[in-house]
Amino acid sequence: MKLNFRIVIFALAIVFGVAFSIPSLLQTEGGKKVNLGLDLQGGLHMLLGVKTEEATTSRLKSIAASIKFFTDKNDILIDELKFDESAISFLLLDTDDTKHIKEHLSSIEGLNVIYAAENISMSFTPEEIVKTKKQAIDQAIETIRNRLDQFGLTEPVVAKQGEEKILVQLAGIKTAAEEQRARELISRAAKLELMAVDEDRAARVSVMNDAEAASFGDVILPDAKNEMNRYLVKEIPVLDGSMLTNANVGFDQNNRPVINFTLNAEGAAIFGDFTGRSVGKRLAIVLDGKVYSAPNINERIGGGSGQISGDYTVMEAKDLAIALRSGALLAPVYMMEKRSVGPSLGADSIEASMIALIGGFILVIIFMVAYYKLAGLIANIALIANLFIILAVMSLFGATLTLPGMAGIVLTVGMAVDANVIISERIRELIYEGKSIHKAIEEGYQNAMRAILDANITTLIAAVVLYAYGTGAIKGFAITISIGILASMLTAILGTHGIYELLEKKIQKSKNNRLWFGIKG
Amino acid sequence: MEFFKYTKTFNFMGKSKLAMILSIVLVLGSYVILATKGLNYGVDFAGGTVIQVKYDKTAPIDDMREKLKSNELFNGSSITEFGAPDEVVIRMKSTTASVTVDIGDVTREALKGTGNYEIRRVDIVGPKVGNELREKGVMSLILATIGILIYVAFRFEWRFAVASIFALVHDVSIALGAIAIVGLDVNLDVLAALLTILGYSLNDTIIVFDRIREGVTNNRNSDLAESINESVTRTLARTTLTSLTTFFVVFTLFIFGGEIIHAFAFTLLVGVVVGTYSSIFVASPILMWFGFSVKDYHAKLAKKAQREAEKERMRAQFESGVM
Repeated sequence: MKLNFRIVIFALAIVFGVAFSIPSLLQTEGGKKVNLGLDLQGGLHMLLGVKTEEATTSRLKSIAASIKFFTDKNDILIDELKFDESAISFLLLDTDDTKHIKEHLSSIEGLNVIYAAENISMSFTPEEIVKTKKQAIDQAIETIRNRLDQFGLTEPVVAKQGEEKILVQLAGIKTAAEEQRARELISRAAKLELMAVDEDRAARVSVMNDAEAASFGDVILPDAKNEMNRYLVKEIPVLDGSMLTNANVGFDQNNRPVINFTLNAEGAAIFGDFTGRSVGKRLAIVLDGKVYSAPNINERIGGGSGQISGDYTVMEAKDLAIALRSGALLAPVYMMEKRSVGPSLGADSIEASMIALIGGFILVIIFMVAYYKLAGLIANIALIANLFIILAVMSLFGATLTLPGMAGIVLTVGMAVDANVIISERIRELIYEGKSIHKAIEEGYQNAMRAILDANITTLIAAVVLYAYGTGAIKGFAITISIGILASMLTAILGTHGIYELLEKKIQKSKNNRLWFGIKG
Repeated sequence: MEFFKYTKTFNFMGKSKLAMILSIVLVLGSYVILATKGLNYGVDFAGGTVIQVKYDKTAPIDDMREKLKSNELFNGSSITEFGAPDEVVIRMKSTTASVTVDIGDVTREALKGTGNYEIRRVDIVGPKVGNELREKGVMSLILATIGILIYVAFRFEWRFAVASIFALVHDVSIALGAIAIVGLDVNLDVLAALLTILGYSLNDTIIVFDRIREGVTNNRNSDLAESINESVTRTLARTTLTSLTTFFVVFTLFIFGGEIIHAFAFTLLVGVVVGTYSSIFVASPILMWFGFSVKDYHAKLAKKAQREAEKERMRAQFESGVM
């Protein structure tokens, strides 16, 4: 027996395969392991769309708020400040201030401002709209990721898919309640607005409709606890959550959970200014379009902190604080695709595919030995090595094993023996032709090689296309098939060849073709 | 053990007309079924909602239907047993776009009082995503076919490529026909199975073609039919063996793999059988009918060898400093 390079490489491959599949097989603490897909371990997969058109509206609203603040602060008199989905307009009462206003507006990027005497109107440039929409998606991804990071799950996946979709994958979600909580946390707009109550008309709110309110530049908002209770507030907020720096859960005097928030310097200045001017009036604290409280302003409030009280449980308050801290969603998200798998179904799927894998594997192994005798045994060694290598490579890359991926491995078992069948058939043929064992083996491998290569490459082409165009679980299938094919080239072609070379002398001496190749002669 | 003796050559080409008639009947039959009965697109491609519910005893399907009637969201929904009597799936065309309250929550609420149950799976695929997945699916089938076509034409000859594509279309058509007959839901996993059939059937065809290429190259005999017969015979043991082992594995997957992988395994099962048949009886005759001529191929090979020799001679001259 003489060592050859093939058997050395094969042995190394086996060592590699076994060593790196141990963490996954034995579920050790350390080491890289194969990830189980959501379909196997249970979890939540969502594809979210972003209503990007609402991002521009919401930006216009905050620009309107800043104009209001700017003019109030500099004693510029304006009237009829209005905005809709696409434009802001107002009347400048004293045209002497035009220069001053112009200076301020030109500092805001992406605005197209039209000055027609005292009529000033503005809208976003087309480029700015595209930019804003893109920003809305990026910001949504960032925000959702931030929120989920604080939710306490291991490795949530939040990624952009295509141009404007967001993929969210949460493994380890076990119950419907948990799922619900996660979904609420993700989709919560968390848009905090502090709005002035229109005290001049507030008494008539119960008989007012939306159109009438709009004519005064107001909007009617419901109370968070009681929908029937309505508030008339100025449409343009005093300030919004973008100036928020922190939010935490605290408790009020009745030991009910509340959310304390702090504003940044700019927000604190606006807040101080406004409260100073509005003593005796009410300030509505609005979250996602609902009024949580509308306390009276007793004095100027400096320092820039405030409180949201509502009827929360501690858990709800905590989630709300997370949402506020990680910022508002510029645009709301909606569900395009959702797949949730319970952990028990995942466990069933693993069990079923394991039975199929082991069952199919044993059948193939018995069949190969029955048909090819020792040549079949050699092929089986290669097959087992192949399984280890697939597992090792997947562990190393941290690849995800899905249910179709399991099917892919099962299929690889069936197809990996193909190379050995082709080789064994060739060797048998050459022995029949009267070639020596050495010649039969060498030529057998040579002849079989071309066919195996061509066949494997075409299958790889299909697998690569599947990977490129597949989604989620299907990608897992393409990955295992590809790794399986590549591994089978190493084990079934190189590995078995090495074994034959190692045993060649023995085979020749024994002259027992029935034992070695399962044929007469 | 040996299935086939190498001493005897089977006359496959003699049976090729019969095989062709069978193939044409099967393929046309499949198209008729596809046109009349049609494919049953599952949620992945059609959009909609699938909810899988498992009870701790036999599922009270009638009671569930009654309960779901109360909510118009469930209009046109179907409830069927899924693999075992304690497990059911609810399928419906409608989807919900809201992130916070979805149809899964609504179902959970609606099924209250029907017994102890667990919602094990909720798949909601919006119409836009469904369309996109379908487009991508068709795209992947086409792209894979084109990629394979180019490779085979490059490695063999264009007629080989055309013949293998014919065999592929043959296999995929019949598999689709079988799916339509059984009425399986066509989802992403079925698409994956179809692509696997593509790869598998091609595998088989190429092993046979490789033998034909070898036979034609080495054989002075210019009778293609004889060459094909010999090549197919010589690969017959391999074809049968590999098909059998693959069949074993897919069959265990079909029997033990559980309901959720059922459609995948079924499609593969059909594919393995049809793929084996087509690589023996469909691909090779087509090669012949497209006018593959052994004489021309020999001439081409000779020309190629001549070019190689010429190149070699030039190189030798160059190296010895003549040029």
